[in-house]
Amino acid sequence: MVSHRNPGSSALKHAFRTAPSWILPVGLVIGLCVLPPLVGNYWTHVLAYIGIYVMLGIGLNVVVGFAGLLDLGYVAFYAIGAYSYALLASPQFGIHIPFWAMIPVCVFLACLGGVLLGIPVLRMRGDYLAIVTLGFGEIIRIMLNNLDKVTNGPKGLLRIDPPSIGSFEFSTPTHYYYLILAGCLLSAFIADRLNNSRIGRAWIAMREDQDAAALMGIDVLKYKLLAFAIGASFAGAGGIIFAARQGSIFPDDFSLMVSINVLCLIIIGGMGSVTGVILGAVILIGVPEVLRAVALYRMLAFGALLVIMMVFRPTGFIVSSRRKLEFHKES
Amino acid sequence: MSLSLLSNPEVLVDQVVNGLTIGGIYALIAMGYTLVYGILFMINFAHGEIFMFGSFTGFFVLSALVQSGFAERFVVLSILTALLGAMAVSSLLGVLLERVAYRPLRKAPRLAPLISAIGASIFLQNVMMLIVKARMQIYPDVFPEDFLELGRFSISYFQIFIILGSIVMMAGLVLFIRKTKTGKAMRAVAEDKDAAALMGVNVDRIIVVTFVVGSCLAAVAGVMVGMYYTQINHMMGFMPGIKAFTAAVLGGIGNVAGCMVGGYVLGISEAFSVFFLPAQYKDVIAFSLLVLILIFRPRGIFGEVVSERA
Repeated sequence: MVSHRNPGSSALKHAFRTAPSWILPVGLVIGLCVLPPLVGNYWTHVLAYIGIYVMLGIGLNVVVGFAGLLDLGYVAFYAIGAYSYALLASPQFGIHIPFWAMIPVCVFLACLGGVLLGIPVLRMRGDYLAIVTLGFGEIIRIMLNNLDKVTNGPKGLLRIDPPSIGSFEFSTPTHYYYLILAGCLLSAFIADRLNNSRIGRAWIAMREDQDAAALMGIDVLKYKLLAFAIGASFAGAGGIIFAARQGSIFPDDFSLMVSINVLCLIIIGGMGSVTGVILGAVILIGVPEVLRAVALYRMLAFGALLVIMMVFRPTGFIVSSRRKLEFHKES
Repeated sequence: MSLSLLSNPEVLVDQVVNGLTIGGIYALIAMGYTLVYGILFMINFAHGEIFMFGSFTGFFVLSALVQSGFAERFVVLSILTALLGAMAVSSLLGVLLERVAYRPLRKAPRLAPLISAIGASIFLQNVMMLIVKARMQIYPDVFPEDFLELGRFSISYFQIFIILGSIVMMAGLVLFIRKTKTGKAMRAVAEDKDAAALMGVNVDRIIVVTFVVGSCLAAVAGVMVGMYYTQINHMMGFMPGIKAFTAAVLGGIGNVAGCMVGGYVLGISEAFSVFFLPAQYKDVIAFSLLVLILIFRPRGIFGEVVSERA
């Protein structure tokens, strides 16, 4: 339909509006698939790095964006995923379980971590939840740093097995790029299905007004736990891919900054939308990667950006279509 | 470390004194959280950085005084100058922070000021990193390293200075809030901003005063920590910030007296943890205590129910 407000809109715009809704995502995926040979190794590497954060962002978006639970300890589940793979597929204990078999294990362990964190903090909201989850993330990091006999402490875990299919072994940035792209697509698909499901609607009801949701018969505690568990699972999946790609991991890879980065990218991109997560990851992870030359001022700019963003556009760049329709009272 | 040490009175007293020293410092920082929370119902995540700036200001002032030879002759005066300088810089920072990062968001959804505070905290850390170049700085040694001998026990004068200093500051704050007109206005604003405004209280001004008072206490704590641990860096705000927040929640956030008790409970728990846990796990105590208190007594030792309200 041609816009009435702007009768002069071009045929191109018209075609864009009437195009089936799957055109854009499919075009995007095809574009991403043919990208690596066009941009070269360095950029493929950067894109893969962004991809891991997209996966993390999609997962945290389930917890914060859908369910409204502010989790600052998200990195803990990422660490659980990465370390479970690294411990069971490296010379550390001499165990070498294949990557593909470890995916469900890592996802399950991270999910379990989500439930274990979720149970004690179910009653908390807002800032309190934020700070307790932050504490959880720090406890996990301190343990990784100090359980020398298991995690090898600050020296980290080295020579982690790369994934392989038959005799083919993942080695170049391009291989990992496709692995991560597949992970992102799967995550985006699952998150989208969740968002439009009964569970997703329950989360949104809960986020908007927990008491009203409970009155309408939503089991608030169950859905909160579910959000923690599902969000953590995404992080676990991100973790195993990260560990496999890096080949070595250290406790410092799992600092509070990771949680903050992921939270910020979903807020800057626009909460509740997958496109927003991608945009946020490109801005927060990709742009600093490109700005290595001014690395000294990078974090300075990052902090300032967060404040400016909150003051002038607290909803992020892309607002999810559903959020746009929601009634938001300024409290 | 083993349990048998617990039966040794010297070690026991030493740890109580250590606990009171560090607990008093935590309590001073925690006051800033509690005051801001009481009035704005937001956690000032950048409070740890205000504390860090205070510590560095004290460091710069003391270094300059030591170099000029002034500190050798007038120890007390030098420390006072450092404290005053730190308070001035920190409170200026607190006011700026409120003005730039929090005031525009006073009516925004709850997530916005939290993110803004995290952003401000990252920004301030990096400002200091650019100034001091990410190195450990060694705090100038101005305080005489003497011990007060009490029979079998001995306490350093510096610990006495910190313990007494923190108590004086806290008592001063309580008197300020209870007795002065500004303190009364602060309590009114904390109770109900609109009603207070109708009664002629300038709410914006009271919020600024709150930030100034909280920042001053954090600055004093910063100088004390610098002199006590002798090493400081630009990341030093994070851990004490979290611990002070824990102390505030322990005592019941928004409750000034509870804050002190919370600080001491946390300080002493940490000091005694060395008997049961390897020293690297000391930082886990605060987090575990925080989780436990929020689960079993979300109102803290004295406060009202807040974990649900947030």
